[in-house]
Amino acid sequence: MNKIKLTIDGKVVSGYPNQTILEVASDNGIDIPHLCYHPKLSKSGQCRLCIVRIGGKMLKASCTELAMDGMNVVTEDEGIIAARKLVLGLLLQEGNHNCLYCEANGDCELQRYCRMHDMEPPSREIPFHEREVDYVSSNALRRNENVCILCGRCVRACGELQVSSIWGFAERGHRTHLIADDDRRIGESNCVKCGTCVQLCPTGALSFQPVLGKGLNWELSKESSICIYCGVGCKIDFYTNPQGQLVKAMGNDEGPNKGQLCVKGRFGFDFAQSPKRLSKPLVRKDGILSEASWKEALDFVAAGLTKIKEEHGPDAIAGLSSAKCTNEENYLMQKFMRAVVGTNNVDHCARL
Amino acid sequence: MTNSIGEIPLSEGYLVIGSNTTENHPVIGSMIKGQVQNQGKKLIVADPRRIELAQFADYYFPINPGTNIAILNGFMHVIVKENLYNKEFVEARCEGFEEMAQSLEKYTPEYVANICGIHKAGDIVEAARLMASLKPMALYYSMGITQFVSGVNGVKSTANLQMLLGNMGVEGGGVNPLRGQNNVQGACDMGALPATYPAYQPVASEENREKYEKAWGVKELSTKPGLTVVEIMNAAHAGDVKALYCMGENPIMSDPNQEHVIEALKKLDLLVVQDIFLTETAQYADVVLPSCSFLEKAGTATNTERRVQPMHRVLKPWPGAKDDWWIIEEIANRMGAGWTYNKPADIFEEIRKVTPSYAGITYKRIEKEAIQWPCPTESHPGTKVLHRESFGRGKGLFTAIEYTPPYEETDREYPLVLTTGRILQHFHTGTMTRNSRILDETVPEGWVEIHPNDASNFNFTNGEVISVSTRRGSIRIRVRVAERSKPGVIFLPFHFYESCANRLTVDCLDPVCKIPEYKVCSCKVEKISA
Ligand code: SF4
Ligand code: SF4
Ligand code: SF4
Ligand code: FES
Repeated sequence: MNKIKLTIDGKVVSGYPNQTILEVASDNGIDIPHLCYHPKLSKSGQCRLCIVRIGGKMLKASCTELAMDGMNVVTEDEGIIAARKLVLGLLLQEGNHNCLYCEANGDCELQRYCRMHDMEPPSREIPFHEREVDYVSSNALRRNENVCILCGRCVRACGELQVSSIWGFAERGHRTHLIADDDRRIGESNCVKCGTCVQLCPTGALSFQPVLGKGLNWELSKESSICIYCGVGCKIDFYTNPQGQLVKAMGNDEGPNKGQLCVKGRFGFDFAQSPKRLSKPLVRKDGILSEASWKEALDFVAAGLTKIKEEHGPDAIAGLSSAKCTNEENYLMQKFMRAVVGTNNVDHCARL
Repeated sequence: MTNSIGEIPLSEGYLVIGSNTTENHPVIGSMIKGQVQNQGKKLIVADPRRIELAQFADYYFPINPGTNIAILNGFMHVIVKENLYNKEFVEARCEGFEEMAQSLEKYTPEYVANICGIHKAGDIVEAARLMASLKPMALYYSMGITQFVSGVNGVKSTANLQMLLGNMGVEGGGVNPLRGQNNVQGACDMGALPATYPAYQPVASEENREKYEKAWGVKELSTKPGLTVVEIMNAAHAGDVKALYCMGENPIMSDPNQEHVIEALKKLDLLVVQDIFLTETAQYADVVLPSCSFLEKAGTATNTERRVQPMHRVLKPWPGAKDDWWIIEEIANRMGAGWTYNKPADIFEEIRKVTPSYAGITYKRIEKEAIQWPCPTESHPGTKVLHRESFGRGKGLFTAIEYTPPYEETDREYPLVLTTGRILQHFHTGTMTRNSRILDETVPEGWVEIHPNDASNFNFTNGEVISVSTRRGSIRIRVRVAERSKPGVIFLPFHFYESCANRLTVDCLDPVCKIPEYKVCSCKVEKISA
């Protein structure tokens, strides 16, 4: 494809003809503030935070305006900053943003842009309309419409990525609000709890139930692994708090899942910290499974297998490996059965 | 999968057969739905249940369980008869076409519609024409193709169709089996199979034997293929297998014909179970070894598109639990193995040496790159699409495949067809999902799905507890009246020990690959008198 050249903030950059200004800028490491835009979703041009100046004159939304060859774009000047502050000010005015009580504190795009633009608290002269809070209807998702900026990302996330089309907007003007299905609460809708909408919500308007009370966003550590529940192999960023508790699971954009997850990959991990977990080897003594030391249990197994091998031959022993274990463990299990026990009686549940 | 998940947007359409994708492989399900709903791609679905994807489909075929081969043959009959197949591809890349074409002759749309229980035979013709116009079309399937006594033939049929349409070796095409567990692919690649060493090298070959004896520094590896899961249980029952070492598996819940499995396990002299919970199977063990959950592990897993991905330690090991590899090594060394692996990376380095398709994959590379095997050298980028220039054996072989009915047919006593499967919120035997609050609360118990017609015949109301029996056993379970299943077919998820589906299933096997026929058996349903 032919490339185009344009100037952004005095720097000559190149892009493709079907790209928007914001896309070209971000490909070239230039960050233009934006809220309703998300690279995975269709463009709606709703929030106007991403305005830039084109050719020294017009202010345009860079997330919808196509980049053109020879264009001259400025992403920040006094006028642009004033316009952005106006946009942010209105959002603060319309909502009730108290970061102290918000799950997104420290991980909120609105908060970030407000700090970047040194925003003051809104005057409360214009009456503020209390909006709906739904903390209870779903065991997975909670919603606080008072911090919703109506960017519509959740609507598009559910419609375009998860393709369950649960969220929608109802009414107009300052009465605009989110509804699930045909005006139900989220817990009573057909929501499948994949959490895609929460992951893409720029504020704390949507959050996950289980994260409550588990700590501050900036204290969490992140490590990636692969979901255990199906062959898609979704890559997940797991967040843990300083106490070592699992706080949340977020889809990783580099994985085959491109950031998406299903309900199992999102919420299916309590088992790992369940008190029912085994923590001592058990050996059957007088018919009863009783606690034993690792040494005792391992000696028992090795002696038992050796004895059976000697008396009945290696084919009297079989091993079941596991499709939930790693490659390394599966490799070792089959090597153990073949090279140490001496039989090919090793299988796993591929067929089940 | 012959192709990659990332190619979903490159397909013009999809045939999904025997896969309830949005529940069992939900993220792939969403990607397909998105292409259909938002990009106008075409979708053809064949499944006994009116699954979610059926609502998005251009053509949906509610086929009788176990009739996949018939409908695939029906599509191919039309494609051959109307000359819609990809002649160039068939001539250049395949062989055996004539024979197969002949075998397709009798599979007229009417004949097939009759076998499959479809009302409109004309839809088969139209869907076949649509498929031929989609360049390329991707075919997705799952256990709904394989879990039959005719499972291997079902798989061959899917390949027949895709070769006929020239959809092999091209981006956005392919035959794409969706693997049900996160590392089934890897476990198979690693040789956790009775007949093959890593990378599917047959144990029966002398050459391979020598190769592995040398690599492992041992003598006298066995060239006799071993037993499969279900055969192991049968051998234990017969007293031929005396010891079973079971890592992370729960055969009492996952294997067919539960009674038989329990009897078999009881007969063992030594049952060792290595797991994170005291599972149903562990309760029969002589030794139980507590292992780490996947969140406490490091290593690699290989997904359904052959991508080898790194797993990292997210949580500290549960107090008292050990890594599975450590436990195996400890036992091996007590039996004189002399192994010296200190960490998963040591094992992976050995895997690379003995597994040609993994030779070019390193821990370092997969942190940054998405690599799909085969990847023979460190400079090889991996393989997104298989069979680009040729098939493993050279030319793609068409196989004439006849439809054969499932093992158990319905009769007066057992008039309904029982089919089993998974649901979105739970996994396999429930060990993990039922111990995760949100999932367990969302679906706390099992149910049996029955069509309203059947429900009214038997006078069942929604939510009533009834009994479901087969020749092997009987369970009590709540009824869910829904139009998803066909009349005459009932569906049972198998995650719940209280209403264990595998108490009912039949343990007959596909003669080649020994997969049990989970997807069909005949059953009866009865009211429980108060
Ligand atoms: S809930 Fe979040 S994503 Fe949805 S409109 Fe409000 S702020 Fe945007
Ligand atoms: S959790 Fe998933 S299904 Fe539910 S509303 Fe959000 S995106 Fe839609
Ligand atoms: S998150 Fe869902 S779709 Fe992804 S691997 Fe896990 S179970 Fe499969
Ligand atoms: S980000 Fe461009 S209008 Fe919202």
